Amino acid sequence: MTEKKKAAAVPIAIEGLTKRYGAAVALDHIDLDVRSGEFLTLLGPSGSGKTTLLMALAGFVRPDSGSLKFGGVETVCAPPHKRDVGMVFQSYALFPHMSVAENIGFPLRLRKVPRDEIARRVQEALDTVELAGYGARGVAQLSGGQRQRVALARAIVFDPGILLMDEPLSALDKKLREHMQVELRRLHEKLGMTTVYVTHDQREALSMSDRIAVIHRGRVMQIGTPGELYEQPANRFVADFIGESAFLPIEVRDGVACYAGRPLRLQAGADACKDKLLMLRPERLSVMTGEADADMNVFRGTVSSLAYHGDSYLLQVALDGGASISVRGVCYGHASACMPGKGDAITLGMHREDTVLVADA
Amino acid sequence: MPSAEPSTELNADRLRRAAFKERLALFGLCSPALMLVTVIVVVPAAWLFWLSFVGQAGVLSLENYQRMLDNSAYATIFWLTVKVAFLTTAVCVLAGYPLAYFLSQIPAKVANVCMIAVLVPFWTSLLVRTYAWLILLQRHGLVNDLGMGLGLWHEPLTLVNNLGGTLVGMSHIMLPFLVLPVYGAMKAIDRDYPRAAAGLGASPVDVFLKVFFPLSLPGLFAGMLIVFIMCLGFYVTPAILGGGKIILVSMGIATNIQLFVNWGAASALGVVLFGLTLLILFGASFVMRVDQMFDRGHAQ
Repeated sequence: MTEKKKAAAVPIAIEGLTKRYGAAVALDHIDLDVRSGEFLTLLGPSGSGKTTLLMALAGFVRPDSGSLKFGGVETVCAPPHKRDVGMVFQSYALFPHMSVAENIGFPLRLRKVPRDEIARRVQEALDTVELAGYGARGVAQLSGGQRQRVALARAIVFDPGILLMDEPLSALDKKLREHMQVELRRLHEKLGMTTVYVTHDQREALSMSDRIAVIHRGRVMQIGTPGELYEQPANRFVADFIGESAFLPIEVRDGVACYAGRPLRLQAGADACKDKLLMLRPERLSVMTGEADADMNVFRGTVSSLAYHGDSYLLQVALDGGASISVRGVCYGHASACMPGKGDAITLGMHREDTVLVADA
Repeated sequence: MPSAEPSTELNADRLRRAAFKERLALFGLCSPALMLVTVIVVVPAAWLFWLSFVGQAGVLSLENYQRMLDNSAYATIFWLTVKVAFLTTAVCVLAGYPLAYFLSQIPAKVANVCMIAVLVPFWTSLLVRTYAWLILLQRHGLVNDLGMGLGLWHEPLTLVNNLGGTLVGMSHIMLPFLVLPVYGAMKAIDRDYPRAAAGLGASPVDVFLKVFFPLSLPGLFAGMLIVFIMCLGFYVTPAILGGGKIILVSMGIATNIQLFVNWGAASALGVVLFGLTLLILFGASFVMRVDQMFDRGHAQ
């Protein structure tokens, strides 16, 4: 494989970016910095504005106000063809009247690159996406995964400083999608261009990104590393969107957070528990058999249903406080005998380090 | 067809019979239409075809075709017919392609309203529209009155009863046949294609020339072919707006029947026109390969 030099990555600075469609606000004063060479994912449910934001970066959507700087240069008014941004579309948008090589060579032809150099760089791009020898094929002859690679090759062949991807893997089946996640990540490390990736799949976001920006109702709810978002969600929306969670109301007695009358043991330095909810992740709860140690918060309840998933099991537990929560356990062959049954009274424990309060927003 | 020897496979014969019945039922459903076409199209056309080989003496002869070769007036008529069809197609492309492009780019709601403006004349009687043009374009018609009233010209211009008037009328009537397929092809172009091209560095002109236009070509070819072929047999409009100066094959056929009551001669003209049309369709099928290239390898 040819050694490909790292492209000069370009940082992106977004400030107060706003876009309205009639009364609906698609982007509500977005402030976001994407570091040079970073893999940033815009994560959010459909209609959150994440795709609008990406389209604004590419220049296909003209914002109403705000600033957009690529490498310190104001770009908000620049037309798409002057932005030097590689883009991979959800539909791939491979031109049906061109072969694979013609598609990949298209941005180079527009830049008046000499013919033999186009041929060389197309070859190189095909090598990079592991499709050497497919250049002469028609787009219709390719499988979904191959089209995805061609779209990627076309977006990187002209060494853009920025690469934008709009749910590029959503049309692939699960196996291929997981393979391509690893592949995209590997490519990003090799090419080093600033990458903005849009997805609604939280798993994809967690496994691929340097940082994730959670978008909701046209706003950035939280931005941080995957770990930060999962462990310390800023609010209920983020906690709910990333991972599964149940939220329990807490009451504050003498400045101490309590659930169902019991004081909760929280992480050191946990402050202000007013208007907050207790977040329970199914995998952070464990079924207790013996005596609880001092670092555990304890919840009692009754098993209302049990689902066996092969590698794990999922319990629905009705807590004595009235709430219904999920608990995930790992199945070991030797432990399956002690899996709780429906109707059993059980005690659940959660370590204080895992006990997180989130704002109710 | 159920095979003669029963198959050993489970229920294979019964399933095959069921499939055969289903096909028979489908054929039965379209048989009234087939019968109608046979009676009112195939039989008369075959009869006319036969007549074209029958001379005035009532015996088999090629004299109807011989006459076309001997009399140079026929060559002129055919040449003019092709020329008028070609020019009408050209006018329709020049007027219709930008119109279709415009319609494809505006919001669907507005486009639907504009489409009505394209379709209403399409539904109006051909004769009405043709006479309307006559009224507009005649010596003391609206156009001449307006032009002279504004002092743009001082003598009434000859706007009708010539090639120009004929082209105006024919293009107007043919326009929807071009706009509709082109519009359809343009609407079918994924919005992401022009976007992707722009994102890859194509200026708006490049986006159009290198992506949008090639993708709209199948619709354009289809529209051009429809217009051209319909023009080859056009009668009413050129007869009225041509004022007797534009003699096309269709008028030659009419004259042969109405004036000379020579069905053989008229049929021979019809046969040659039909042959010409087939030839053009055959030639076009080569150009049309262009659209197969969009699905390279997809067909097989």
